[in-house]
Amino acid sequence: MKYFLRKTLVLVLTIFSISLLTFFAFHIIPGDPASLILGTNATEEQVAALQEQLGTNRPLSEQYISWITGFVRGDFGSSIRYRMPVSELLKGRLPVTLSLGLIALVMILAAGIPLGILAARWRGKPGEKILNILTMLGISVPNFFLCILIMWIFGLILHLFTPGDYVSYTRSLPRFLQSLFWPALSIAIPQTAILVKYIRTAMLEELGEDYVRTARGKGAGETWILYGHVLKNAIVAVVPLIGMILASVLSGSIIIEQVYGIPGMGKLLIGAVTSRDFPLTQTLVIYITVIIVVTNFLVDIVIQVIDPRIRLSGRS
Amino acid sequence: MSENILEIKDLTLGVTERDGSMAVAVDHISFEVRAGEILGIVGESGCGKSLTVMSLMGLLREDVKALEGQILFQGEDLLAVSEERRREINGKDMSIIYQEPMTSLNPLMRIERQVAEPLRLHGSYSREELHQKALALLTEVGIQDPEACLRAYPHQLSGGMRQRVMIAMATICSPRILLADEPTTALDVTTQAHVLDLLKRINREYGTAILFISHDLGVINRICDRVLVMYAGKIVEAGTNRDILDAPCHEYTRGLIRSIPTRDRKGKELPSIPGRVPSVEDPKEPCPFAPRCRRAMEICHREAPACTRIDQDHIACCHLC
Amino acid sequence: MKDGRKELRIGLVLTGIVLALTILSIFYTPYHYNQMDKAARFLAPSLRHLFGTDSYGRDIFSRTIYGGRYTLLVAVSTVASCTVIASVLGLISGYVGGIVDEIIMRIIDAISSFPDLLIALIVVTVLNLGQLTIVAALCITFVPSFTRIVRTATLQYKSAEFVKNLRVFGVSDLRILLVHIFPNTFPLLLSTIVIGLSNAILAEAAMSYLGLGIQPPIPSWGRMLQEAQTIVYTAPWAAICPGAMIVVTIAGLNWIGEGLRKLYL
Repeated sequence: MKYFLRKTLVLVLTIFSISLLTFFAFHIIPGDPASLILGTNATEEQVAALQEQLGTNRPLSEQYISWITGFVRGDFGSSIRYRMPVSELLKGRLPVTLSLGLIALVMILAAGIPLGILAARWRGKPGEKILNILTMLGISVPNFFLCILIMWIFGLILHLFTPGDYVSYTRSLPRFLQSLFWPALSIAIPQTAILVKYIRTAMLEELGEDYVRTARGKGAGETWILYGHVLKNAIVAVVPLIGMILASVLSGSIIIEQVYGIPGMGKLLIGAVTSRDFPLTQTLVIYITVIIVVTNFLVDIVIQVIDPRIRLSGRS
Repeated sequence: MSENILEIKDLTLGVTERDGSMAVAVDHISFEVRAGEILGIVGESGCGKSLTVMSLMGLLREDVKALEGQILFQGEDLLAVSEERRREINGKDMSIIYQEPMTSLNPLMRIERQVAEPLRLHGSYSREELHQKALALLTEVGIQDPEACLRAYPHQLSGGMRQRVMIAMATICSPRILLADEPTTALDVTTQAHVLDLLKRINREYGTAILFISHDLGVINRICDRVLVMYAGKIVEAGTNRDILDAPCHEYTRGLIRSIPTRDRKGKELPSIPGRVPSVEDPKEPCPFAPRCRRAMEICHREAPACTRIDQDHIACCHLC
Repeated sequence: MKDGRKELRIGLVLTGIVLALTILSIFYTPYHYNQMDKAARFLAPSLRHLFGTDSYGRDIFSRTIYGGRYTLLVAVSTVASCTVIASVLGLISGYVGGIVDEIIMRIIDAISSFPDLLIALIVVTVLNLGQLTIVAALCITFVPSFTRIVRTATLQYKSAEFVKNLRVFGVSDLRILLVHIFPNTFPLLLSTIVIGLSNAILAEAAMSYLGLGIQPPIPSWGRMLQEAQTIVYTAPWAAICPGAMIVVTIAGLNWIGEGLRKLYL
């Protein structure tokens, strides 16, 4: 319980510092944001109007307080580019990005864990080399390049799907999920390679532990040791990385939504960045970061539940 | 009492060096473990005791190989058997406990599963039977609250309790022989005494033969019937406990005895053997102990000493015996 | 110790190829990187155009090897500036300790709770696009991990016996820090720098792909991929060539990093 409270406190502080950092990043910049947004050939009236709209003519601390209280109440300000409340823009997009991320995460875990076990089983065998090279390739390929290759090979040559064919979840949920399959795959492959590497390393490390020798002394065979002893311990060692993987998945989806033209938060974000839509960018950045921080918090709680060493001693 | 459970003949173990060559770490050793006895192997660390025990269990590290010899377990050469057969023997007929009970237990597995594991590997029992057997064994090894202990994880137990759990685990299939690799070294003196008593009781009550490894001749003398003294991969002296304690012949054995702390030596400086154990890559002397031996003669550096039988069980390999 | 040599060798060969091509491009490219040729649009790879041409008839091979220098330049300057900043922060944080350490590390923690891509996007939004912006953007994303490594090493050596002795002899703190502690962080920093380079190249490519990195007409690999995406059916080589170049570079650097880690740690 003490552990939970401490973690919650850290979570709140982290979210607070995220909001602070983001806010000041957008406000302590050389020059006035309004004239920066409008560019050099804006008239003074335009600048003044925007200053009023952004509230940038008030002191910083005041701006922050009014902004953060609005944020907590769900008022994220207005988008400059779309001229509508940011909350309106977000509404339909959050589920899209979250679904994409979740599908990718499921793919990563479903492929990464068995392959990681295989990699550990194949240590010292010829298969290991091939798997090593494949993992290295997987880690080294940028997801947007992979995405182009997938579109070309599976979309244009094999006609397994039509690139850019997106179906909204409001129209048909199955077809929505179907249209997210290939984009999710592009995000998942590099991350899977990373997970395979981690699991393999963790399993090999566990295999060198004394308790494995004890199990052999009891007459346990390779399979028994791998699945009965090592696997659980290796997975417990890898669980903390899930938060990191999710961060990469969400970063990946920001790019991949761009490639496949999926109307999620990522596409909105890139649009906001290129059009220098400060309020929208700010909100999206905080949103995505908070999702990751909260996931990390949940992962910490899960670790505490599954790892008796932490659960019972009450400290990390 | 005369039946041999384990007969080791000319066992030679090599360690792969960094440059790929083989260095001999255990050099043509032969001994037997008789049914129901406690046999001790004593020697400083690095003399090959642990390697010998590991080779008996077939648990050698990848860089260590058995180069020569036989390990006969009830007539069957363990160096030649298949891996499947090896697994049948391990944990059932022959089992082992280690120096470090903390790392030797799986940190994420409850004690119950770990203690019952040999049964699950070597037979089929219902969940209830496994529980009852594990419970009985923990009571047997003297754990106060066995039900609570079964539910616990290793890090919740004290060092002494962990070693008792290890012993329960190793004896749950009633093995013919138990190998104990420095099982009391990591424990404090009181716990050490309890564990030694426990091993002795198991030996007396069930007739389980024990091969007990220690660097501490004091501990060996408290529990063993016979003792082998190992030095630099060779057995330099062997005999009954009495032979070794009362009439040690090899200078190395004498040095080890001198370094046992006793009541009448209280307050005096404990004599230790000068020098260090040669490592496997050091050049071989005809008598490996000659460089550290205070009675070394000219012949000791020239000719390997023969092993002479002094008494029925008492053998020593020294030019002076 | 023998472990890691093989990885190092593979890595050096791969990055060597990329480096050689990039150096070659300084003296010679088959065509000018921006030379358009209406008659030579969408040409498949041939002896005249090793990796074919794009929709403007520009030679993909020339563009790819020419573009390498900017990607590499961005990566090197990012990692270099980041190493300098992180070394200063890490040394101060580890050596001074106390409240200074606390403040620096809390800021570092806060920054690292953002995904790298988002930090880069914030910086690009705030600082406006420019050739240098991308360096600043990527630099900030790498500062936290680099700082932590330098700080850990500093802490380790700060309590080492030889440093305590130096203090007894009255050696100044600055000298201890720069002459006796800093060089000891190099082995740890080395593999981090190599991995940092590979991450920087990946990040630069992603930013350029999104149109937020190096600006046209310079043909960076990421931007080439973006341009190739729409014509991938007619001219797949336009995507494969720069893409493969990125993969080879990243894999090469990762292998070097892995080899170094196995050799020195």
